[in-house]
Amino acid sequence: MSIKVQIQRKLDSFLLDISFQSECRRIGILGASGCGKSMTLKSIAGIETPDQGHIEAEGRTLFDRADRINLKPQKRNVGYLFQNYALFPTMTVEKNIAAGLKGSRQENEVRVREMVKKFQLQGLEKRLPGQLSGGQQQRVALARIMAYEPDVILLDEPFSALDMYLKDRLQQELMDMLADYRGTVIMVSHNRDELYRFSEELLIIDQGHIAAAGETKELFRNPVSREAARLTGCKNFSRARRLDAHTVEAEDWGIILHTKGEIPEDVQWLGYRAHDFVPVWGERGENMLRFDLESSALLPFERNYYLRPENSAGYIESGAAADTDHHQEAQNICWFVQREKIEELDAKGFPNYLLFKEDRILFLK
Amino acid sequence: MEEIMEIIKELDWSPLFISIKTGIVATVISFFLGIFAARKVVKASPGKKAVIDGILALPMVLPPTVAGFFLLLLFSRRRPFGEFLFEEFGFKVVQTWLGCVIAATVIAFPLMYRNARAAMEQIDVNLVYAGRTLGMSDTKIFWKIIVPTAGPGIASGTILTFARALGEYGATSMLAGNIPGKTGTISQKIAMVIQDGDYLTAGIWVAVVMVIAFVVIFLMNLISGKKMKNIGRW
Repeated sequence: MSIKVQIQRKLDSFLLDISFQSECRRIGILGASGCGKSMTLKSIAGIETPDQGHIEAEGRTLFDRADRINLKPQKRNVGYLFQNYALFPTMTVEKNIAAGLKGSRQENEVRVREMVKKFQLQGLEKRLPGQLSGGQQQRVALARIMAYEPDVILLDEPFSALDMYLKDRLQQELMDMLADYRGTVIMVSHNRDELYRFSEELLIIDQGHIAAAGETKELFRNPVSREAARLTGCKNFSRARRLDAHTVEAEDWGIILHTKGEIPEDVQWLGYRAHDFVPVWGERGENMLRFDLESSALLPFERNYYLRPENSAGYIESGAAADTDHHQEAQNICWFVQREKIEELDAKGFPNYLLFKEDRILFLK
Repeated sequence: MEEIMEIIKELDWSPLFISIKTGIVATVISFFLGIFAARKVVKASPGKKAVIDGILALPMVLPPTVAGFFLLLLFSRRRPFGEFLFEEFGFKVVQTWLGCVIAATVIAFPLMYRNARAAMEQIDVNLVYAGRTLGMSDTKIFWKIIVPTAGPGIASGTILTFARALGEYGATSMLAGNIPGKTGTISQKIAMVIQDGDYLTAGIWVAVVMVIAFVVIFLMNLISGKKMKNIGRW
């Protein structure tokens, strides 16, 4: 398992410039729609051709601009799971699975039977894709890829078109099916939960470049850059002014925060996840924020509050000039309360302060 | 009634056979050429696509007599190309059954090409990509995936092509003429007997044409309806 990708390609509004290598079995690529993540996958598969760069899988060069190597997709041995599965609509399940096989008729039959069994498709061999459920289609698509024994499997937003219930089930199913696959799997998605669950290593792409990369859990703990933090689901950002090694002013939140841990010298932004606030009733202490409630939203399993920090007025003056886009977003602080805690909130009434837990503050560039 | 039976008994059925023979041959030629052209055009760049499509679909838009005029210019033995065909291969086009076929093919071909192209353009491009990443050659992808998936569109294109070729009049009468038993098609026969004021014979031929037309439409619905059901939407 090894993959090495270094590509550049001019896209409509930005330059895609991605470079990574990994020995991991499960790699995730996280990014908003249109950030270039799909293009990256298609370049690896050979469906699209980068302008510059080098792609290598399992020690085999698939593409190298300088050496004029550009293997056809047929020769790359890379499996690609499309979002809509791209099953051949006029072929039965069996024929779909056999579509890419090169062996003799008998060998192919054996292989197809093996796949049918492995992916629990018994009894569906003669069906057409249109007669299958979404889950069955996913299994056929994977069986078709696996039958071909690829070195690398690419998953292109495999769940984004599904409803919540099905999504959860198919995710689990996909993980199970891939469990004994020894090669590299790269999954692209805009859904952080999917990738948190799936990948050992994560790349976060923003506007065609890598905003952050590293071990998945670690990257969620410390996303390093503001774009990366936003893509991992962080809702609250403030410009930071470092006062000393243990004190920082959160300019947009109008509060000075004290930490026991050392604050990096090059910190430019602070981030704080909406679920991490601790409500406080009574006396004001360190790292506590006073606020006005702006609005709230009820969700089935949590409650979302949108708050205006007490001293945010200063920000509006200076911030309006800075960038209007950020202005909107920074004005309100998001506080998300999960169901277990809602009862406490209902019993005690609305808290007087919100506490920033110092070890949950993200220091960002 | 007796009069009709009398006419039918003595009727020369050659126009029916000439028409059907012409229709079948023209359809077979258009079928392959149309699919081939559709594939080329679907793969071409947008600029090229517009130009090629314009040329290929032209006969559908032009009055058949205009197409006939160009065909005469091309194939007349008094012109270089027609002379070359005759001298080298012994092909005579003008005033022959070959002329019937060529006229019908040229007029009906755009229907095949257009239908095949529309059906192919509807196909999810990911199917092609999937085929490629699975190691299938482009030729195999075309015949095993594209053509079957575009099946209903190609089938209805084929039937429309046959119908159009069967009824071709304008270009045929200019290129092949109306020689009874040789190039006299049903359409030409009807026009001829009407000129003689023989409405009864014309009526019989009209009835024949209507039966054929109905069968064609019936078949088209049958095929495309069935295919659609099998394919479903993905």
